Amino acid sequence: MDVWSQFVQLLFSGLTVGSIYALVALGFVITYSITGILNLAQGDFAMLGALICISFVNSGFPFILSILLSVVLVMIIGVLFERSAIHPARHSSTATLIIITIGVAFVFRGIAIFVWGTQPYALRPFTGNDSLQIFGAVIQTQNIWAIGISLISLAVLYFFFNKTYMGKAVTACVVNPFAARLMGIQPRKMSFGAIVISAGLGALAGIIIAPISGASYDMGVMIGLKAFIAAVIGGLTNAPAAIVGAFIIGILEAFTEGYFSSGYKDAISFGLLLLVLFFMPNGIFAKASGKRV
Amino acid sequence: MGLDLNKVYNRSTKGSILFVVILLGLPLVFSTNNYLLSTLIMIGFYTIVSTGLTLLMGYAGQISLGQAAFYGIGAYTSAYFTTHFGLSPWLAMMVGAVIAAMVAFIIGIPAFRLREHYLALATLGFGVIVFTFFKEWKEITGGLNGFFGIPPISLFGITIQTDFQFYYLVWIFALIGILFARNIVQSRIGRALLSIHGSEVAANSLGVNITKYKLQMFMISAIYAAVAGSLYAHYVTFINPQLFEMITSIYFLIMVVIGGTGNVWGGLIGAAVYVCLGELLKEIVPLFIPNASGEFEIVFFGILLVIILIYMPNGLSHSISKIVKRVLPAWRRKKRVNACFGK
Repeated sequence: MDVWSQFVQLLFSGLTVGSIYALVALGFVITYSITGILNLAQGDFAMLGALICISFVNSGFPFILSILLSVVLVMIIGVLFERSAIHPARHSSTATLIIITIGVAFVFRGIAIFVWGTQPYALRPFTGNDSLQIFGAVIQTQNIWAIGISLISLAVLYFFFNKTYMGKAVTACVVNPFAARLMGIQPRKMSFGAIVISAGLGALAGIIIAPISGASYDMGVMIGLKAFIAAVIGGLTNAPAAIVGAFIIGILEAFTEGYFSSGYKDAISFGLLLLVLFFMPNGIFAKASGKRV
Repeated sequence: MGLDLNKVYNRSTKGSILFVVILLGLPLVFSTNNYLLSTLIMIGFYTIVSTGLTLLMGYAGQISLGQAAFYGIGAYTSAYFTTHFGLSPWLAMMVGAVIAAMVAFIIGIPAFRLREHYLALATLGFGVIVFTFFKEWKEITGGLNGFFGIPPISLFGITIQTDFQFYYLVWIFALIGILFARNIVQSRIGRALLSIHGSEVAANSLGVNITKYKLQMFMISAIYAAVAGSLYAHYVTFINPQLFEMITSIYFLIMVVIGGTGNVWGGLIGAAVYVCLGELLKEIVPLFIPNASGEFEIVFFGILLVIILIYMPNGLSHSISKIVKRVLPAWRRKKRVNACFGK
């Protein structure tokens, strides 16, 4: 394989992983903007989505139906999570809320071990094992699916937030919860909606990546953390910037793995996180001012 | 607060002395039970780390999700310097503590300009980066294969090898740690820290140098973790990177939260509950779920964590001290009344 085709290959694998991170990061930004909660269980929605979908497929459900059912089911889990853990503790300190979401992540992982065990599972690719030749690089069709579905979901969300009444109400809560309440929007309902949407996005991300890298009870940890890095790079409340951040992380990881060593992959993403936090704590696209002491 | 500090100090001193006597007497009763001794030793290690983290979280009000990194730095420094340079384990432990404090200083300067979520993420990122180095820097750490043949520690010419001996070593360290933490809390620094916890702006306007104190506590908590890690390395004589993964940092956090951050004993209570519950679950869970793996217990810790944070946000140590405060005066009164009637 020549230099150019290797580059294209790595770029595609970076874009694929980046699109997965983007979906989870977007859910994270929506949750954080509306509720002020850094939900460390975000990545576990992806894990639950993937494993539930595999179970549906294995028990004979049609493929599309399995995907829809698992996304809906994870959304319901998101509802339960909001009601049982976030809502009762909504007045607690930031640190407490972070730790609660860690606790919830543990519970999700524990349930996953209980139901599916610790072995990894595979989901069949959406459209067989075909591959495409692009600039001499071999690209699996599943990668195209992953990038495509992510981009479509992101476009739908963009439409939702900017063109629909409901979406504008959510956006209003992000911008100014107090003013939103004066206008008759209920931020509490919106926070509920935020977590449900995030759960659905997470589930979708998990299902898309499952045919590529498999699914297991602990897959959510790193997906979730990388999505946070993406969101922080974007400034935590800026959705388009978080998506760009997600693709930066994905591509950076793919190239680190391809040209350097896979062992340092995580260190490089987290090193980028520290650099952004220390030098541009409001994200790389933001102007100065914000949450620094 | 309207409390006579002197009185509080004296009363809790009595309780503490009783506790220390029980602690030092325990292995004499259970000297033949190695399982129990090793469990108590694990509680000792975790007590040291979580006492340091309690100082940082409870008194400086700062979260750290990277404490396992310092634990690992202590362990690997001890391992490397004793095996490659033949340094005495005591010196190696000190080197580990100094390195950990220096790393905490370097990472703390930019990190403590951040707050809340950002600080949590920064410390988490730091932990993952250090873990990667433990895993990948094979010439120093041995990589995933681990580090073998760490010599045991010796004191006054006695090599500390049995669990019985090690119990005393680790608990002397733990008690010194608690005592030191208590002195910090009751000193001027402690009051400054509490003011930071209450309101950073107010503390700042009163002339408290917030950043300096936070940084000091971070370094102290790092030293606690490094010393515990070093002791651990000399106890087990074999370490590998998995011991210092991100999840370990989260376990330390769980201990501190369970124990409660408002009290120097919180770390000990949290560590004890964490270890005992973990051991108990290892026994009980397989009875109900035969194919459950070792990691299954995390689900219980997750639920416990959520419940404690929602219903007992100040942790167990706060609830215990509330009960003691309610029971103790009543009991004393009864004794006085009985004395009056010559009983």
